[in-house]
This record gives sequence, C-alpha cells and structure tokens, in this order.
Amino acid sequence: MSVMVNGDYLGMPLAIEDVDSENLAYFRSCAEGVFRLQRGRKSGLLRYPPTTACPWTRDREYDWVEVEGRGTVHSYGEVHHAIQPAFRAFTPYLVLLVDLDTQKGVPSEDEALRVIANLVTPEGTLAPPDVVASVGIGTRVRMVFTPVGDGIAIPNWTVDESAIQPARPWRYPE
Amino acid sequence: MNDIDSSTPAFLRNKYAIAGIGETTYRRGSNETTRNLATWAMGNALDDAGLDASDVDGMLSYTGNDSTSSPMVAGDLGIRLNFYMDCLGGGSSTEALVGIAIGVIEAGMCKTVAIFRSMNGFSQVRIGGTGARAAAPITGDALHGRTYGWSSAGQWFAPTFMRHMYDYGTTPEQVASVKVAHSKHASNNPKAYYRKRVTVDDVVSSRIVCKPLHLLDCCVETDNATCIIVTTTERARDMRQRMVQIRSVVGRCSKPRIDMHYQHGPISRVAGYYAKEILWPNAGVGPDEIDITGSYDAFTFTAMLQLEEYGFCKKGEGGEYVSSGIIELGGARPNNTSGGHLCEGYTHGMSMVIENVRQLRHEADDSCPVDSEGRRTHTYDYREGGCRQVQKAELTANLGWATPATTSAMVLQKGW
Repeated sequence: MSVMVNGDYLGMPLAIEDVDSENLAYFRSCAEGVFRLQRGRKSGLLRYPPTTACPWTRDREYDWVEVEGRGTVHSYGEVHHAIQPAFRAFTPYLVLLVDLDTQKGVPSEDEALRVIANLVTPEGTLAPPDVVASVGIGTRVRMVFTPVGDGIAIPNWTVDESAIQPARPWRYPE
Repeated sequence: MNDIDSSTPAFLRNKYAIAGIGETTYRRGSNETTRNLATWAMGNALDDAGLDASDVDGMLSYTGNDSTSSPMVAGDLGIRLNFYMDCLGGGSSTEALVGIAIGVIEAGMCKTVAIFRSMNGFSQVRIGGTGARAAAPITGDALHGRTYGWSSAGQWFAPTFMRHMYDYGTTPEQVASVKVAHSKHASNNPKAYYRKRVTVDDVVSSRIVCKPLHLLDCCVETDNATCIIVTTTERARDMRQRMVQIRSVVGRCSKPRIDMHYQHGPISRVAGYYAKEILWPNAGVGPDEIDITGSYDAFTFTAMLQLEEYGFCKKGEGGEYVSSGIIELGGARPNNTSGGHLCEGYTHGMSMVIENVRQLRHEADDSCPVDSEGRRTHTYDYREGGCRQVQKAELTANLGWATPATTSAMVLQKGW
C-alpha cells in the first residue's frame, strides 16, 4: 500500500491510499467539480459516504452517479473551541448536517443522504462570524468545492443565494 | 413501557453477580502508568470480594489505545488466566463486557472474570483527540469527518443534541439540570474530582465549547482505573460482600447505519430505542420499578437522551424529566449518585456500575459514620457533605453510551 493522493487543507495533511478506491473516486470527482455518489445496481439507491456495499441489498456492484449538491440544513454544531490547531483561526465555525434534496425520505421516511461539511463562502473558505450567525436548521445550501491538491477537493456548503430561504432558520437560543 | 412481559425467557437472569469492585483515586496528573493504575484497581477489587489471585481465571478490558493489557496486569498480580480478551471501545463497553463475562463462564471457559479499564485520560491520551493526534494525516474514513473539524465527541454528537432541541423544544436550562443534580451528588462523594455544587446559571453562563454544549455540559477528564469482578451467584455467595445480582444486560446495541448513523433518522433518536426492547423484557422489570439510574453523562445531553429513550419518560420529555428533581438524591429516581462523569471522574462507564453496586449493598462511601463492624450508618440527609445512600435501593439501571447510535445497558438487583 502506498499513498496515491496527497492534499493539504488549512495546513492539515490529507492522504488517500492506492487501495482506497472508493475515496479515490469520490474525491477525484470533487476535484473535477462534480459531486458523485455510489448508486447500487440492484437497489438503484444512492448512498453516502462512500461504502463497500449497498446497505439495502448487500450489493457490491455500483456506479458513480452525478448528484445535485443542494439541500437543507437538518442540524448542526457550532464549534467555538477548536480541537485541531488548523481550525483555531476560524472559530466559530459550523459543521452542517445537510439533507440532500435527492432521495430525501427514501427508501423510508427516516432516511436521507445527510452530508457533513463546513459552512463556507462561495469561494470555498470557512465562513466569517456574521454568516455563521445567519445559518440554522432549515437554511438552504448549495455545494462548493475547495481544492486541496491534485485529484482531491473538499465538498463544502455555502448559502444558496438563488433559493427561497426561511424567514428565520432555527438557531440555538442566544 | 407499561407492558413488560415477565414471562419472557429470563436469559440467565440473576444467575450471575458482581462480587467485587475496585478503583483508584480520581486525579489529574497521576504520574503513574496505566499498568500501575490497573494493578491498583484490580487489587482493590480482589480485596473487596475477598479473593486471592488464584480465584480469578478470566480477564477482560477495553481500551482506546490508551491502556495496558490483561497479560501485563495478570502477570503483575500473579493471576494465571484461562481466558482473557482486550477489546477496543469506550463508553458502551462495561455492560457489554459483563455480558461477555457471563457468556464465557456459561461456556465453561473460566469461572470468575475481572473486567478493568485503565486510563490517564487527562495526562496522557485525552478523549477529544488533542495533541499529536489532532495533527496526524487525515486518511480513510476520517476524510469525511476530521477534515471538517469534526473530530471530538462533542462535535460528533452536536447534531443529535441540537436536533432534539429543535424537534421537542428542549432548553439549555433543562439540560443543565443534569449537571446541577450530579454536582449535588458529587458534593457528598469524598472521591469526586469536582465536589462543588453548581447552579443552572453556572452551567449556561459557562463558555460555549461546541453549541449546544457549554463547558459545564461536558464531563471531566481524569486519570484513573476501575475494576469489577463477575462470577456466578452461587460462587458469589461464598465471597465477602452483600449480593448484587445481574438481571439483564445489553451490549453495544446500535441504530442502523453506524458507519455514519445520521443517514438513518430521526437523528434525535438514540440507540436506547432498540436496546430497551432487550433490557426490560430480559430483566422482567420496567423503568417504573427502577430505584436508581446510571445514565451515561459524557455530556448533560447524553444522560437526558438515554433516560428518555429507555422509557423513564415519554419521548421528547427528557428535558422536563431531568429538570423535575426526580434525578436528584431525595428525588424519586436519582441518576449517577456518585456525581458521574460530569463530576466524579471519567472512566468510560465503569465507575457508574461501581456506584450502583455500592448503592445496592447500601454501602455508598459517603461521609456518614462507620460502626464497629465497618458498616456505614446512613443518615439519608442529602445536604452538602452528607449522605448519598438511597434509602430504597433494590433495582438499578445502567445506561451506557458510546455514540447516539450505540448503547449498552444493565439492570442490577439487591440480592441480600
């Protein structure tokens, strides 16, 4: 085994090993600016994050399929005390759990493709405090990609300027 | 949980017992190896049970790559083992390993099992993943987590906690009541690391670590080891202590999609939703009959969520339950009477089992006077610095937490 892809994000080293075909394909697609997820051949269902089999059918055969990177904030955490040194300059930052519009409530009402990423500016850098303070459960977001190396970009979320936003997204009470 | 079917097969109900308990002090800066701490705690557990090294032939431990191993501890204490296993894991492990101990004894593989957890959780490997681990290259599954500054327990669980507030209107003040209750309990526990009583206002005015968590919503980090000894009820009868029997165990029962559990909601649901269907029927009792709970308090929220999910109140009413006074000493069903992980010390769950064993022996190690036979005369006066023994302590429930998606649990009973 050896490292196939190296990245550097905020000074943090990222590495994908040559045997990690699922993550290689996922992040390579992000580097191309396209969000792709695995779709099981038997179930026809998408899954996130990259896995080795379909959780509904055990099927190990799949195709990478382009998925629209739009959705709604389902929940979040707002980090004020960063653990990783790389994030200390960016507090408070948001970790968003976003329901993709695609396949929401499928195959059961409790299921959705819930994608974790940070709130960033449209340019892909971590969002400033005033933007952090404006986002909550219900905010409409779209995906942007932050390039971090050859063959690897990080999917992130930014406020969807073209969407109809809730009057007041739900926020932790101040 | 009104429909407990006590005719369900009892799965070894009461056939096994916790015959010994041992712990080190709860400190920061132990200046000792985890091997030394483990030896100390296990020695105390053997003394507690009245056992010699030759009476123990099984050993189990759990580790987050921060502990010593069974062979070292067995060697140090002169124990020859017929069975041992050291497994990875944190807060869902104690009850699960009790279940494994019962299984291996039942299979005839050994007779008596010592289970330990040893950690320098403050001075060596801190649970939050700080230090060198925070700077290590991000690879594999962690690419979808640590890359986003999503790497500590509080950060991982925040979406569950936040969504519970959104779904049910749970307030920061309600949840803070867990810390308030546990701090009262700790003030009557001379071993506790934090013995100062705090108020709801103290909690919600402490600094935010990761919303919705304030500093005082988070557990303490300490250096310590803990040990419990599991054997058959039959053998335990010949041992030193008052009998505490195991009615039911659940081990690492999980939600769907534990690779990334948020894929399967509702995300404000935790694994107790599934585990309660094993715990209560096997125990033959339900939440209403439990006198004391040990709901895992890595955070105030985790204790609240599990009490709710295991059926001590209706789903969504956890905030009201924990702020009602029920969970305090003197209340109908106190939780974590030692002060738990929020106040006593952090042990990945085992200290909460130890506390319930002491309660069921009616020997909570508070400041009440000790008589000439070494038994405490409990006053049941729960004012600061006083008693922490629960007067009617016959059934306890430990509700262990690893993540929102994985739980272990155990019902113990007074057997004397």
